Amino acid sequence: MAKSALLKSSLAKKYWMALTGLFLCLFLAGHLAGNLQLIFGDALQFNKYALFMTTNPAVKLLSYLTYISIIFHAIDGIMLAIQNKKARPVAYAMNNPSGNSSFASRNMAVLGTVILVFIATHMVNFWAKMHFSQMPLQKTTIEFQGMKNDFYITTDGGYVPVNDPAYVIKNKTEIYDANVNLKIKDAYKDLHKITFDFFRDAKWGLPFTIFYVLSMIVLAFHLLHGFQSAFQSLGINNKFTPAIKLFGKLFAIIVPLLFAIIPLYIHFTK
Amino acid sequence: MASKKNININLKVWRQKNAKAAGSMESYKLDNVSTDSSFLEMMDQLNEQLVAEKKEPIAFDHDCREGICGMCSMYINGRAHGPDTGITTCQLHMRMFNDGDTIFVEPWRSKAFPVIKDLVVDRSAFDRIQQAGGFVSVNTSGNTIDANTIPVPKADADKAFEAAACIGCGACVATCKNGSAMLFVGAKVSQYALLPQGKVEATERVLNMVRQMDEEGFGNCTNTGACEIECPKGISLENIARMNREYLKASLIK
Ligand code: HEM
Ligand code: SF4
Ligand code: FES
Repeated sequence: MAKSALLKSSLAKKYWMALTGLFLCLFLAGHLAGNLQLIFGDALQFNKYALFMTTNPAVKLLSYLTYISIIFHAIDGIMLAIQNKKARPVAYAMNNPSGNSSFASRNMAVLGTVILVFIATHMVNFWAKMHFSQMPLQKTTIEFQGMKNDFYITTDGGYVPVNDPAYVIKNKTEIYDANVNLKIKDAYKDLHKITFDFFRDAKWGLPFTIFYVLSMIVLAFHLLHGFQSAFQSLGINNKFTPAIKLFGKLFAIIVPLLFAIIPLYIHFTK
Repeated sequence: MASKKNININLKVWRQKNAKAAGSMESYKLDNVSTDSSFLEMMDQLNEQLVAEKKEPIAFDHDCREGICGMCSMYINGRAHGPDTGITTCQLHMRMFNDGDTIFVEPWRSKAFPVIKDLVVDRSAFDRIQQAGGFVSVNTSGNTIDANTIPVPKADADKAFEAAACIGCGACVATCKNGSAMLFVGAKVSQYALLPQGKVEATERVLNMVRQMDEEGFGNCTNTGACEIECPKGISLENIARMNREYLKASLIK
């Protein structure tokens, strides 16, 4: 009985919500630290980081955990919300919920659904491109004796001329010697360029910037209630609770704010 | 708060013939209500008026009329037990309202608390949760040991006593946007879990009470905290956290 209790009961669903939610908070902190390189780092640094994030086995494991957490958190959350709706089949003619609870706490499912839509859009725009399509490769222009030439920067720190028939690109990033058909180097996928082009696009740059900023506001509200709520769900309500609540509030404001600054910075510095 | 001694009010009250009938909000006018009267006395006055008009009086639950039995379940102006905190409906006074106010009076709304008639709901779901584990098994053979012979740390005794103050009124369910009974069950689980007498059956108790709570169709807590604010006895969310801990522990060892 206890085994099924840890999967199916109302409290078990809450434990899973809390654990996946807190894991996603950790993910947010890591993702933010990486993305801030878009502001504070150069293109090469960011693309190196992106390559590391898509190939390192430990990061891969973490990323699968993140996908599973998002899916589980979303399905569990929506199931809970449906059950909760059913628990009150007849609504009150007059209700005054703002007298006893916060807006965010009453709208976690709606806020979460918006976040889900955001995550899906975000993954189509960046994650799917990075994983599945032919990305531009990182180039640099070098001036030598008054001549400007484009070069691919390679993962071993070298340069390969772009418009040289001696080299061809295969398998998206591999540079081959065209004569002997032998792989000689790897280039970097230019995620930095994709990101900057995305938020600076003449037509879609502004709408997407606004969409990203609004989504981060929604995330902030979700976390404003969610962070401290997860501890209560796990049964942690003691002398540390005021500190947890304070940290949760700071986390809920600072993390989405810093995320939101990235598209704003890119869009308005073009 | 009213400054006049007597006020005239408008009421919108949920009327429903029986459990199966469809109900609706009905409007009433009631004059000359003393601001010293309690909300239930005002309801009595309205019922006398209805009887005089040869109309069916409004059915509502009440018993002690002093805030200890938990029977007086009314959702008044969008709040369980009406405006003011830390009170039941019988402790609510008409001085909280003003001349000419329109007051909404509705039954508790929850799938697990079906309406029987007008403002009366069936709260036997709470009884079934209690029967599932909200007790200590004692042998009543005649040589029962006095409870005070077992030493209990003062802090634990105080917390258990605070939890035991729950009167099972159901305001927590009524006010919760999810119709969740976790404050009630949290209080009942805590009251025993904190005491040596209750620890013996703690594992079974929390598993059984939560299972019964789920079967009754109550919703899931999202920690909005509304229950804690509307609870007439000030039962704290700490009790829900304690239930969550107890349940986690119990499902891991059982
Ligand atoms: C980065 C994304 C997200 C993070 C960091 C996050 C974080 C959290 C946290 C910490 C909680 C509190 C858990 C608890 O009360 O025990 C929570 C609750 C919730 N989340 Fe999310 N969440 C995210 C995305 C989503 C998504 C995509 C949905 C989709 C529908 C969602 C729906 C919900 C719901 C419905 C709750 C309330 C559950 C309850 O209290 O019963 N969240 N979230
Ligand atoms: S916890 Fe409070 S609101 Fe809920 S039943 Fe007990 S006394 Fe009533
Ligand atoms: S009638 Fe007993 S608490 Fe109100």
